[in-house]
Amino acid sequence: MIDARPDSISDESLVVALLAVAPAALGGAWVRSGAGPVRDRLVETLRMSMPPGSPWRRLPAQIDDERLLGGLDFSATLSAGRRVLQRGVLALCDGGTVVIPMAERLGVGTAARIASVLDRGEVALEREGLGASLTTRFAVLALDEGDGNDAPVPTTLTDRLAFRFELPPHDRDRPLGVVDPGVIEAARQRWADIVVTDECLTALCLTAEALGVDSLRALWFAQAAARAHAALVGAPTTAESSAAVAARLVLAPRATRLPPQRDEDPPEPPPSADDPPPAEEPPAAETQGTLEDRVVAAAAAAIPAGLLALLRDSMKAPSRANAGRAGAAAARAARGRPIGVHPGMPKGGVPLDLVATLRAAAPWQRVRRRLDPRPLKTVLRLSRDDLRVRRYLSRSETTTIFLVDASGSTALNRLSEAKGAVELLLADCYVRRDRVAVVAFRGTGAELVLPPTRSLVRAKRSLAGLPGGGGSPLAAGLATGLSLVDAIVRSGGTPTLVVLTDGRANIARDGTPGRARAETEAVQVARQIALCGARALLIDIAPRSQPFASQLAGSMRATYLALPHAGAETLNQAVRAATAARA
Amino acid sequence: MKDVFPFAAIVGQDEMKFALLATAVDPSIGGVLVLGDRGTGKSTAVRALAALLPPMSAVAGCRYGCAPDGHALCDDCRARKPGTAVDVRKVPVPVVDLPLGATEDRVVGALDLERALTDGVRAFEPGLLARANRGFLYIDEVNLLEDHLVDLLIDVAASGENVVEREGLSVRHPARFVLVGSGNPEEGELRPQLLDRFGLSVEVRTPMDVATRIEVIKRRDAFERDPQALVKRFGRANAAIRRSIERARERLGQVEVPDAVLEQATHLCMKLGTDGLRGELTLMRAARALASLDGVDRVDVGHLRRVAAPALRHRLRRDPLDDAGSTVRVDRAIGEVLPP
Repeated sequence: MIDARPDSISDESLVVALLAVAPAALGGAWVRSGAGPVRDRLVETLRMSMPPGSPWRRLPAQIDDERLLGGLDFSATLSAGRRVLQRGVLALCDGGTVVIPMAERLGVGTAARIASVLDRGEVALEREGLGASLTTRFAVLALDEGDGNDAPVPTTLTDRLAFRFELPPHDRDRPLGVVDPGVIEAARQRWADIVVTDECLTALCLTAEALGVDSLRALWFAQAAARAHAALVGAPTTAESSAAVAARLVLAPRATRLPPQRDEDPPEPPPSADDPPPAEEPPAAETQGTLEDRVVAAAAAAIPAGLLALLRDSMKAPSRANAGRAGAAAARAARGRPIGVHPGMPKGGVPLDLVATLRAAAPWQRVRRRLDPRPLKTVLRLSRDDLRVRRYLSRSETTTIFLVDASGSTALNRLSEAKGAVELLLADCYVRRDRVAVVAFRGTGAELVLPPTRSLVRAKRSLAGLPGGGGSPLAAGLATGLSLVDAIVRSGGTPTLVVLTDGRANIARDGTPGRARAETEAVQVARQIALCGARALLIDIAPRSQPFASQLAGSMRATYLALPHAGAETLNQAVRAATAARA
Repeated sequence: MKDVFPFAAIVGQDEMKFALLATAVDPSIGGVLVLGDRGTGKSTAVRALAALLPPMSAVAGCRYGCAPDGHALCDDCRARKPGTAVDVRKVPVPVVDLPLGATEDRVVGALDLERALTDGVRAFEPGLLARANRGFLYIDEVNLLEDHLVDLLIDVAASGENVVEREGLSVRHPARFVLVGSGNPEEGELRPQLLDRFGLSVEVRTPMDVATRIEVIKRRDAFERDPQALVKRFGRANAAIRRSIERARERLGQVEVPDAVLEQATHLCMKLGTDGLRGELTLMRAARALASLDGVDRVDVGHLRRVAAPALRHRLRRDPLDDAGSTVRVDRAIGEVLPP
């Protein structure tokens, strides 16, 4: 039985105990904390609490598919003459725990692979001439050391882990309490037979609703956690205290809103983290309100302070940089991501893929020995055709798109400067092998004057011929820029958008004049650009800067620079400074 | 075989269920793309479909599951003299999983390494595309699929044929399948070319009604405790759906689409500015599949209205000036073109 005094067991230790009772059903825990003694103690506690002899493996965030899922054991295959399977980490962890240190470094693709294995309870392996389905059920302990600047741990994975909590950095001496491994072992035997009562399920469901937790998976985890808790305290069914624990540990950390307050049931003042969890003070809670109310109250008390700040962060538009498109992942490693293998010579930094080469050579061994019976020093007879090299998607190249306002208001004095800046930047890009594109907008529409290029000559020629005059169809210009940004992202590049304008939009997208509509439309397109997550810079080239230009930069999430009298060299320096700072 | 969650036991998600059934009735509709919230049973529904489909007849021993009377045949089946008796057997319709992390050789097929090593023979080992022939190819998290695999799928899905030229092998075989993809749009967008290969696109939402949510949890719990009991409980309902697929397939040829309905479909597509004819075609085929599932011989505007959103919402051009989601835009166009 669990200790009668609830305050001797911290919530963190309770999570560890519940996880050890039903590791596969609960999926795991997402722990946000820097490395430190408290976290180490928790990890060690989980290790001691898991069934003796169960696998326990660390999974580096940068793991490749072969180690993660499995593949062909080549040396064994060659010597045995039949395919020998090498299991990956996930398949090796059946019945145990996968620990992911530095989970914030986990790529979306890797997270999705782990998630799929968690969902199906098996590794579906279709790799390197092998097809297999390897049953494996495990718990994931994701140790997130992200400090807010890192990309978050992919939600594909965190959504499939029942628990999430943050360890405060500064209380290293806080007693955590430990549930006796014997108690956990007994609970593990009992767990499968525990029945979730209808009242408990309804209460959890209503609590999820009150807290704005939509995911059905969260609800599923909550009932599993309630069962695990009931098993831990030795109850035959999920009593109220178990529902409250499940709501507090599973639902509350996922809350997206504060529960509506009821007049007849004034909420208790939220206790600080050190207070005993309110749900475990049975007599007092028993008397007031319905079960749902009490479960909601228990969960509400555990809602992290600063929920609103968290919500605001999560409302931020997902940037495409970490949205997991295959192309966008390119910048991760200096040598890029392997995207396949093809025949060829390993030279010029193109690495040889040994396994693929051996695979290609293997079937010919017998024939080659027959054709050429001379004894050779090497066991293997390789020929040039066997060589296979790895293709990497190299660090994605940057394309700087200049959106130049060539309307009458800017044309007279600013256009030539903008052209000069583009030329200077192009020379700079030539050294870095970056590309430049130019979109000009004037009159009633926008035009792609210079498609993405590295050619100095072409750029200079098309810029020299750029005419000026007419109205400012800012929205049309931005829309053309947006579609170019899209195309570049799609082909695996990284776009940077530099808008040179005086902000005096006066032509709507359909070509009709009118300032108000032109500005509204420009802001709308600017918001779309912000959603794309492309880096952007707005250079206000009006002699006297307008508030609209900076407002537009805000909607675009662009850096705003007012350069009323900048020359080409100054512009170029500003662009370089801005792109370098945000690169 | 592992027990599969019964299709009939899936609570709600009518649009997703309809889209899957429609492609089972008429595979020429093209694939189904299921996008939406996490934990809504996207994968469950696809796997459940596998257990539901009526078995198909195939040439015994054919590695590609060729139909005895089909047109798209593999080399072996084509080489067979017409008129010779063929061993035919009933096989389950393949629903093949393409897991993330699959390598290209497993997808398209490759040199059989084992035979190469032991017998020194160069033999072709069919891949997932061969296994999926005449069935379904399912990709979970389709938006995270590696680019080179996406290119490959786009090509094969368009041509219905898999051409392998690698490791000294030269093989071509039929690979006609219904592509089913699921994913979460927040994790990355799909390439427009791949998007276009899906006939229907379904958006799934988490049910918000408490009673429904409780029922979902209870059925899943029942399944985890005793899978066979739940399969048995919904056996009759599942069989009814299977029969309705069979009947709808028989009826499909007789279902007529009146010119007036076709005209309205065209208006709808023009209103929404969808590219190409694929929108109209899918709209018509899906409406016909729906009519035959409903057991009627004539497509009416009601059918059109019900299939418009899944058939068209992924074909809209992105309009930077319209913040509304594509579903809203389709609904708006339906309201204008097909007033109730």
